[in-house]
Amino acid sequence: MALSRVVITGVGLTSPNGNTLEEFRRSLLEGKGGISRIDMRYMGQVLAGVCDFEATKYQRRKDLRVGTRAGSISIYCAREALADAGIEVDQLDAKRTGIYVGTTEHGNVETENEVYNISQFDYDTKFWSHHHNPRTVSNNPAGEVSLNLKVHGPAYTIGAACAAGNLGLIQGMQMLQLGEVDFAIAGGVSESIRSFGIFAGFKSQGALAEHEDPNKASRPFDKDRNGIVVSEGGALYTLERLEDAQARGAKIYGEIVGYKINSDATDYVLPNPERQAECMRGALEKAGMQPSDIHIVSTHATATPLGDIQECEAVREVFADCPDTHINNTKGYIGHAMGAAGSLELAGNLPSFEDGLVHPTINVDNLDPKCDLPGLVINEAKQAKRVDAILNNSFGMLGINSALIIKRFSN
Amino acid sequence: MTKDECKQVVLDIIAEIAPDEDLSDVKGDVALREQLDLDSMDFLDIVMELRKQHSIEVPEADYVQLASLDSCAEYLTPKFNALV
Repeated sequence: MALSRVVITGVGLTSPNGNTLEEFRRSLLEGKGGISRIDMRYMGQVLAGVCDFEATKYQRRKDLRVGTRAGSISIYCAREALADAGIEVDQLDAKRTGIYVGTTEHGNVETENEVYNISQFDYDTKFWSHHHNPRTVSNNPAGEVSLNLKVHGPAYTIGAACAAGNLGLIQGMQMLQLGEVDFAIAGGVSESIRSFGIFAGFKSQGALAEHEDPNKASRPFDKDRNGIVVSEGGALYTLERLEDAQARGAKIYGEIVGYKINSDATDYVLPNPERQAECMRGALEKAGMQPSDIHIVSTHATATPLGDIQECEAVREVFADCPDTHINNTKGYIGHAMGAAGSLELAGNLPSFEDGLVHPTINVDNLDPKCDLPGLVINEAKQAKRVDAILNNSFGMLGINSALIIKRFSN
Repeated sequence: MTKDECKQVVLDIIAEIAPDEDLSDVKGDVALREQLDLDSMDFLDIVMELRKQHSIEVPEADYVQLASLDSCAEYLTPKFNALV
């Protein structure tokens, strides 16, 4: 069965260094980060990537009070993606529109808030909010979008640790190809900076970054990297079948031509480069492409000492002898946006189809020899001969791996 | 506490839970739901804030007493005064 081709027709995002694709891209090319110190309950100050999008642009203040930050980020990104795609909300066929939001986790923030709330009342549970359950159900971020847009199609989240941004896109693509929906809003979001547990967990694991300069703390591939900076953010895309996009004369950012999801089955937190390499190869096979056809590999590397080396092993093996393949990373600018990471990092690279520039990995003052990949773009943007295809890696705990390939659109 | 003071307490709570609403001309004898965009979850919020901020309990059977500002004042003022 020939499956429909699926294309990206709109991008909506919020990142610690930009609230539109244009702003985000400019920050990436100018080396502008977005990390700051914030107060964290029980922990004092921590480093985090905080977004400053205008939440009331698409929501009432009451909706912000009742809903969740993940829901608000999702609504902002969905509405911005629709606007970018040139589609008014009332033009959507409500029954045929699907919403697929990748999340690393959901419910930690709201549960921690309620536990803190009742701690102020001697842990009497009669002070526990009736909003807790609708806030913490796993589908909350996608459900809030469906409420906001008044669309009736399938709206749910895809829980996939920090691979979730890619998985949201893959789910959206598959539902279009199955004919379950005619229009998809898909990607990933994260509200994780509002959960002390996420930070405390990484700290206990020895994986929470620290640096006197917040914007030097997240440093993938640098020898002195010391862990993750947790960030919030989101990137949702409008996806359409090619024939539908062309019929309405849509702007096409690129075509999703390949993907692969697999599992390490080796450890709760440690990655497995062999499975990561298999994942990238699987995506290439699905796309009918060779490694040398990829011009940008957007790595997942989170700046943990071991994780970066292991991904580099996998990338080195798959992309050996590919002189036109450039390799970069986004986390030096924005930290680790968790469930949003995959979709945000892809967004930052999409404009390369237009300008041919490969944004660099920043904060590499002392390149780790074990991360010294051929084609690694560090500290300064590089003009590529051409950029026709991007492979976007996103990996997560419990050994979930994903690779997504986007190709410059061509008839 | 007077009934007018009690109404102001209720309005202050509504201002927190429905911050988009214009509360400058809420009529005492008209149901709150007919004047303001309030749903059942919002009324649960009113009950919760009375509990949290003022240690006032409103049993479920008495929720109907919160229908309008006037009925709130009739029902809640004695409860506030009993606290003192």
